[in-house]
Amino acid sequence: MKIAIHRNRCIAVGNCAALAPEVFDQSDEDGTVVVLDAAPPDHRHEQVREAALRCPSSAIALHGETPAHDG
Amino acid sequence: MTESGAIPIAGRAAECPFDPVPELYEAQKDEELRRVTVPSPMLGEFDAVVLARYDDVKSVLADGGLHMGGSMPYQAGNLLSYDGPEHTRLRRMLTGSFTARRARELKPQIEGAVEAALDAVEKAGPGADLVQLFCAPIPTQVICELLGVPYSDREEFQRRTQVALDFDISREEQMRQAAEMEAYMAELVAQHREAPGDNVLGRVVRDFGDQLTDTELAGIGNMLLIAGHETIASTLSAAIALLLRHPDQLAVVRDDPSATEGAVEELLRICAPATILPRQAAGNICVRDREIEEGERVVASVLAANRDLGSHDENLDRLDVRRPPQRHLTFGFGPHQCLGQQLARVELRVALPALFNRFPTLGLTVPHEELDYRTNALVFGVDSLPVTW
Repeated sequence: MKIAIHRNRCIAVGNCAALAPEVFDQSDEDGTVVVLDAAPPDHRHEQVREAALRCPSSAIALHGETPAHDG
Repeated sequence: MTESGAIPIAGRAAECPFDPVPELYEAQKDEELRRVTVPSPMLGEFDAVVLARYDDVKSVLADGGLHMGGSMPYQAGNLLSYDGPEHTRLRRMLTGSFTARRARELKPQIEGAVEAALDAVEKAGPGADLVQLFCAPIPTQVICELLGVPYSDREEFQRRTQVALDFDISREEQMRQAAEMEAYMAELVAQHREAPGDNVLGRVVRDFGDQLTDTELAGIGNMLLIAGHETIASTLSAAIALLLRHPDQLAVVRDDPSATEGAVEELLRICAPATILPRQAAGNICVRDREIEEGERVVASVLAANRDLGSHDENLDRLDVRRPPQRHLTFGFGPHQCLGQQLARVELRVALPALFNRFPTLGLTVPHEELDYRTNALVFGVDSLPVTW
């Protein structure tokens, strides 16, 4: 799994940083997403998928797996 | 346009104040979009398209096709008064102060506020009203600290936020209270201009003060206070009332710290304080190929959407704090999604288990049916919770 961010879409709600704090953080300046681990280990994939799904601006793209669907 | 019906848009079932009226579920099942008449303190009555399905609400809130549409009073600095790039610009000045990390860092202060509230309840003794002594003071304390509101002003602040959202109080009185609040915020802003405090409002003044007028800064302060106070107080009151109706669920929240996060999401889903989200179509938009015309008003029912079965067959009216996390729209969705949601979560996660651990035998002093649920106010909650232990 590789994480890519559509930075201009991020609205800094912080769901990703709350759901997967080891993988996502937020900038102190404007709260937008900061990726701590762009290729997270397997045991974090579930959290990362949840974070991508719950992102209200679809700013998180996941590569190297079946495409994330918008639920 | 299909018929304007009389669905009580925020209506709740006669037998349970937590459940939507059956008409809302009927609207949810309907393949056509229904138009209903919605009462509004700001706009009088207006006709609106009802969205009651989770997917419909989420998609229209996410894609930017809706504007706020003046359904709340305009206030410079209040994010609910802005759309598009102006909204983004203003919101970005605040988002750095409401990150998940900052919410976690505030936990000790929140714990302090919760302990102080619990002490006040204990001191008052059996018969104490949890709304006055627990649900309202905790978020007030937290948000006042974020804004640098002195302790001596806090009681007055609480009274004003309560009045501002009460349907039974005249429009004139509400406007008067709002004006007083704005005047007070102007004073706070002047103090921060002089010496920016180590808090959210001080930070905005320090980092963006040259780009904002005093009126905008006061509006930001006002918005954060109202948004941070009444919503959380109401969610706490409703969550406590709901848990007291379900002692087995309450026991989980009290005894199993590993269940807290999931329990809070489940309580947020069922007790959503903002039950309708009023918007206006910015252009012609489509929901499942059904058209909504530019300028038409749209009301999203969070109450119904949070219990949208979709393809599931669970009973989503039932409280189950161990339920696998269900998606909900309690914080809205898209560009206006609640700025303070991570902070709200931490407050609820600290407050609820602490309450039931301090008072393990907590119960109401009145029958459940006698509780006064604010089913017709803008913000759903319980007016008072007299308890014993």
